[in-house]
Amino acid sequence: MPRTRTVPIVVAAVAASAVGLSGCAGWGGGGLGSGGGNSINVLMVNNPQMVDLQRLTADNFTKQTGIRVNFTVLPENDLRDKASQEFSSQAGQYDVATLSNFEIPIYAHAGWVADLTAYSKADTAFDQADILPPMTSALSRDGKLYGEPFYGESSFLMYRKDVLAAKGLSMPKSPTWDQVADIAAKVDGAQPGMKGICLRGQPGWGQLFAPLTTVVNTFGGTWFTKDWTAQVDAQPFKDATNFYVDLVRAHGEAGASQAGFTECLNNLTQGKVAMWYDATSAAGSLEANDSPVKGKIGYAAAPVKVTKSSGWLYTWAWAVEQASKKKDNAWKFVAWASSKDYENLVGSKIGWSSVPAGKRASTYDNPEYLKAAGAFAAETKAAIESVDPDNPGAQPRPAPGIQFVDIPEFPDLGTKVSQYVSSAIAGQTTVDQALKQGQDLAERVAKSYKN
Amino acid sequence: MTIPTTPEASGTIAGTNPAQEHAAEVEQQVVNHRRQSPGSRLLGVLAWVVGLIFIAPVLWMILTSFHKEADAATNPPSPFAPLSLDGYKSFFSAGPWPPILNSVTASVVSTILVLALAFPAAYALSIRPVRKWTDVLFFFLSTKFLPIVAGLLPIYLFAQKVHMLDNIWLLAVFYTVMNLPIAVWMLRSFLAEVPLEMLEAAQVDGAGLLTTMRKIIAPVVMPGIASAALICFIFSWNELLFARVLTGTRAETAPVFLTGFVTSQGLFLAKVCAASLVVSLPVLIAGFAAQDKLVQGLSMGAVK
Amino acid sequence: MTTTTTTSPTPGPTPGPTTDAKTSKALQRSGDWARRAPLLPALILVIVATQLPFVVTIVTSFTRWNAYYPDKRGFAGLSNFGTVLSDPDARHAIWVTVLLTVSVVLISLVLGLVIALLLDRKFLGQGIVRTMMITPFLIVPVAAALLWKHAIYNPEYGLLNGILKGVFGNGAPQVDWIGTHPLMSVILAIVWQWTPFMMLILLAGLQSRPMDVVEAARMDGANTWQIFTNMTLPHLRQYIELAGLLGTIYVVQNFDHVFTITSGGLGTANLPYYIYQTFYTAHDYGLASAAGVIVVILTLIVATVALRTVFSLFKEESR
Repeated sequence: MPRTRTVPIVVAAVAASAVGLSGCAGWGGGGLGSGGGNSINVLMVNNPQMVDLQRLTADNFTKQTGIRVNFTVLPENDLRDKASQEFSSQAGQYDVATLSNFEIPIYAHAGWVADLTAYSKADTAFDQADILPPMTSALSRDGKLYGEPFYGESSFLMYRKDVLAAKGLSMPKSPTWDQVADIAAKVDGAQPGMKGICLRGQPGWGQLFAPLTTVVNTFGGTWFTKDWTAQVDAQPFKDATNFYVDLVRAHGEAGASQAGFTECLNNLTQGKVAMWYDATSAAGSLEANDSPVKGKIGYAAAPVKVTKSSGWLYTWAWAVEQASKKKDNAWKFVAWASSKDYENLVGSKIGWSSVPAGKRASTYDNPEYLKAAGAFAAETKAAIESVDPDNPGAQPRPAPGIQFVDIPEFPDLGTKVSQYVSSAIAGQTTVDQALKQGQDLAERVAKSYKN
Repeated sequence: MTIPTTPEASGTIAGTNPAQEHAAEVEQQVVNHRRQSPGSRLLGVLAWVVGLIFIAPVLWMILTSFHKEADAATNPPSPFAPLSLDGYKSFFSAGPWPPILNSVTASVVSTILVLALAFPAAYALSIRPVRKWTDVLFFFLSTKFLPIVAGLLPIYLFAQKVHMLDNIWLLAVFYTVMNLPIAVWMLRSFLAEVPLEMLEAAQVDGAGLLTTMRKIIAPVVMPGIASAALICFIFSWNELLFARVLTGTRAETAPVFLTGFVTSQGLFLAKVCAASLVVSLPVLIAGFAAQDKLVQGLSMGAVK
Repeated sequence: MTTTTTTSPTPGPTPGPTTDAKTSKALQRSGDWARRAPLLPALILVIVATQLPFVVTIVTSFTRWNAYYPDKRGFAGLSNFGTVLSDPDARHAIWVTVLLTVSVVLISLVLGLVIALLLDRKFLGQGIVRTMMITPFLIVPVAAALLWKHAIYNPEYGLLNGILKGVFGNGAPQVDWIGTHPLMSVILAIVWQWTPFMMLILLAGLQSRPMDVVEAARMDGANTWQIFTNMTLPHLRQYIELAGLLGTIYVVQNFDHVFTITSGGLGTANLPYYIYQTFYTAHDYGLASAAGVIVVILTLIVATVALRTVFSLFKEESR
């Protein structure tokens, strides 16, 4: 009885969705029905340099090549989750993604990213030799190239020259952490609402543990020894973490347990902190034309304790998914985004301090770039060239990586331990307790490598 | 574990019958009679205060969304700063339309599918009930107890297998399944009120199915359909977890778009507030327009 | 949950009188199918889309399967369950889930009841206040969580610290709300959204009270408190249970607020977030599935116990 009326409705609905299914999959990427053809999908992090790229793509890359680019732009933690899901399942949703020198060697080993060696050799205009050697080697595995850097960075200390000067303080070119803590205490409250230093406290292995692992390294600690013994609750790791947590609790930014890179950038720009230890790529934003602290920032090498240097090495690089069916177009996009021409385009359209730098030697010979980035260009290049990812601390390591351990388990391990340490920063737990929990997790990870 | 079906069990939770309508009138008179007392007036003021506290965050969101970024992020706050549309301009320049249209597609399509499937099912559980219909009804409800997150991996793997990742239609079908149990439950409790004697009488008179539907069933059930539609629309529109895992560039929905604001990006408070408001707007409008339907919907038709 | 005019639970009107037993049986059989047919599309879809994935989850939970190590996939026995149950994070997530659900449901039920009582009286602007009360429920959860995180809790420019400074001047205490009270911050944001829900159902309950009986009791000298405890609350019992039950179903699965406000940090990761993280960050499919199976078992136990012992809604039927 009821069938006579409802069956047509159901049939109509199913038919309607079937039509939809066969036709198109959503409104993104320029409207329904535009999914295929001459377009590529790009997954990228929402850092300012990428947002600039997104704005410049249609009028330049698409105009030159006819290739339409659909972007998904996500915050860093989300991007990592999405990218690892996408690449591990080889879902083929994306042709290109921003991955870092953490993921690319691991993904290359698993066969998830495409070998770009032949493309880069054939494309002479791209000039692979111009890419800084630490970058090329960080993005290669077994002599094959799997990624092209978009921008590269190390870490250094940024501080308000004017604030330090007003207090009669000066910053050494290569400070120690004890000196930095001392200065942080003295400039805390130098202006109303100004804290001494900004250090990341937001959970996430790429957030809190990026700077913290470099502190651990220079305090003589490590996640694992060469034979995979977990060292998370060993004394140097503890000392470093206690130092970091005490410093940020005593003289750090408000809301430290939720502050990541962007929050700290905001804090220094807004005059809410006097110093900041973080990525060299932040300098471009600090010296941008609309920045209220332009010209007021001094730059010093990453602070140290027992090692000679402690900066990290990091690059957001373009990788092409192995499952992509549009690898040729994907390479065209990668080559465009990482090219010298793109740097010039950003320089002329947006401003030279916003150039995605830190990857090409030629950038640091460009007089126009040096004019805008003179305050930090030399420090950045020196920091990148001083790193040694295979030997970043006081002891031999079982896997490469400075601010991370280059193993697939590290995102989960680092994120969980970062949540404990973040709780310690918020005063919810103690560092000892946090690291004891961390040690348990690290031992679980180590077990699978010892066998 | 069975459900209330007997008149005794369910009668207590029922809505309008003549006795209660009369009761409401009495209550009205009683209340009117007592209205003058100062205590009563005080309670009225208290109600206003509580209402204002609850809506304050929303008012603050609206006000902030119309401020310039620099005025939005001051401490102490500057509520009287000049108004501006910058927050909205900056939000709309971030390309929110495809996600919003995707959300509209998924919500509307799934709501239609839910109604098309739930109505016959509810019919088979009330007017011409199948045997053991209480068990079937309870089965529908019990699926709502299953933690949705436990199905995340299989559904992702399925979507990948059939090449339906990042496809808004798959999401619509998934939302249909998610909301179907509620809709069946609600529509059943409305259909159960259709007077059977009238149905039988109509049958004896030789009225066709369409006439029966239109004359006898529709008047009782239309409010139920409206409530079910409203609730399905709201829950589909709000869903985040599966949309996050199953979509990408093309099928991204509005809540997923909003997660881009989880970490701060410089001064962006006005933009966040504008974004939150715009994305919530369809739900706000639908909810305000049909407040009484909302109650019925939220209580799965138990409260009428 | 129907009115007094509802049908009895036995199948409805029987087919007309028949003379031949055989025909009758055949008729009944075809009648049965005619009855079932409209039910089947919905039923089959729900079974396929909710039960099949769960079967896959169960199978996966016995599998060693990490997306980073596709070669090592194999039978894992019970080891995934062992890993989850011995993981302090998982145990903590269970505790957080219980704490979060119980406190949100209880607080919003009590608040909802008080506000429903307030709104049940006639006063100037009653309708406006009711609309204001509903509004929080109509904000998209992610948007609401963003609002609380950035515009209200933010230690630099959030509304709470802003009010403190506005009232007490520059020396006012500035609290890092999320950092110092992470779980409370999440709970408050969810309570804000769920109180209107509870309030609406309870208000509907209040308005269905038989007022003539209440008045009669008043005539007999019962005071307001006696009427409330002896008449109003018993009448509201099923409404309270319904609101509590539905609230629990949704709050226990909360993901949006935990994800947005704390990203699972500061000890606020609940079970849905824990599973999400195991699946999405660690890519340990076997482990995530084992955790999912454990959650389902726990939910079933809690649901059965709660429904059988606490909720008269369902209990009265099992006589």
